[in-house]
Amino acid sequence: MTTIAELPPGFVDKVLSAQSTFRSVMDAMARPGSVRRIVPGAGTPDRMMRGTAAIALTLFDHDTPLWLDARMAESLELVKWLKFHTGAPVVQDSSIASFALISDGGALPQLERFALGTSEYPDRSTTLILQVDSLEAGRSFELRGPGIDGVAMLNASVKPFDLFERLHVNEALFPRGIDVVLVADDALVAIPRTTRIVSKGS
Amino acid sequence: MNAPAYNFAYLDEQTKRMIRRAILKAIAIPGYQVPFASREMPMPYGWGTGGVQVTAAILGPADVLKVIDQGSDDTTNAISIRKFFAKTAGVATTTATEDATVIQTRHRIPETALSENQVLVYQVPIPEPLRFLEPRETETRRMHALAEYGLMHVKLYEDIARFGHIATAYAYPVKVNARYVMDPSPTPKFDNPKMDNCPALQLFGAGREKRIYAIPPYTKVVSLDFEDHPFEPYRFNAPCALCGAENSYLDEIVTDDKGSRMFVCSDTDYCEGRQAAGHHGSESAAPYKEKAQGGTNG
Repeated sequence: MTTIAELPPGFVDKVLSAQSTFRSVMDAMARPGSVRRIVPGAGTPDRMMRGTAAIALTLFDHDTPLWLDARMAESLELVKWLKFHTGAPVVQDSSIASFALISDGGALPQLERFALGTSEYPDRSTTLILQVDSLEAGRSFELRGPGIDGVAMLNASVKPFDLFERLHVNEALFPRGIDVVLVADDALVAIPRTTRIVSKGS
Repeated sequence: MNAPAYNFAYLDEQTKRMIRRAILKAIAIPGYQVPFASREMPMPYGWGTGGVQVTAAILGPADVLKVIDQGSDDTTNAISIRKFFAKTAGVATTTATEDATVIQTRHRIPETALSENQVLVYQVPIPEPLRFLEPRETETRRMHALAEYGLMHVKLYEDIARFGHIATAYAYPVKVNARYVMDPSPTPKFDNPKMDNCPALQLFGAGREKRIYAIPPYTKVVSLDFEDHPFEPYRFNAPCALCGAENSYLDEIVTDDKGSRMFVCSDTDYCEGRQAAGHHGSESAAPYKEKAQGGTNG
């Protein structure tokens, strides 16, 4: 049985590590497609990447209901770690989650199952944090939209393979929609709902 | 321990997390006002409590902070906020626009072009551009939801009917990313074109009204206008009396009670930089400095 003492640690310096991580996430969100690094180290529970752990420690608390995919929810250590370090409630209903953590992209539910916000409050939507294989190699994508000077290129190996096609719903839904943060180890790329993506093949 | 111990950059971590989440949503939905649980700050409303909370949430030890009030680094508001963060976060401060990584501003955008590694934080008094046209929050929220901005065009049209031109000179409404009409805070409309396609991230904080909104870098920002009455930035038709600049936004300074006046750059850093580079206007120095120079202190 895992006790709290055996859980992986949080940030060494809670305040400055959270600040540094937030700036990476903010810069990623402000400049979609650009790859940002998470610098501060933290313990990573089973099935969670370094970037995901740092984001969790930076943004999650009792105000942010979390939805975990089946692979993450299975890990007792991961659930305990989240509960101990962030206090965020884990919910079964993905449509009320502030954040959704996905480690097995192949099993990503339909995006409509998450909160998309309302026309009056489009900010009340779920932010997907999706762990992917690579944000350096893989298929090429062309990104356009706010935050991008013309066109940004992204090479990524992402599951589900049709993620960016699925995100086309953001175009019709706007200002409602889903924001996505892709994490590969300590690298992250944000795809806010304003970003339009075209696949350029491999 | 006698001195009160504050967290880095004053705010507690729970508050920072809440503000940081609001900032991320604001960036994802350009121009949309995200509600946030604004805190009491150790300064009165109207002194930039919204801007200060945004700055506190993003600031790190490696940042270099610049604070301006109406373009000036040297006014009470700018100095006290700069000192506040020097004290609570220990960050380096500067008055030079190009050296700053975070610039908090009240009612101006610096003349020096901003770069990609800078964040501009605006202090906002009334974030809702439709508020003076429709006082009910439920109604303005629905108008934003439906992108129903006819009322704003009527207001600009009434300007034309009454004055012959769009007389709105500051807080001139803009449309962000072809969707949300947004209040750029009470900046002179001279500054509106600088918001368009700006390489820097622009964040807006309204403390009393509890709203955060944003313009991501390289985002289209259009000042509302009519085909036959296009948007025109306004500027006094004069060079700066101190640095001779022909393209900067000018303050009008009354110099005596006989109607004399001089025009000087509102952006003090820009003006001083130009003077140091050898540019001169019709006056040798600002009147208060001339007086000081004539005194015994030299």
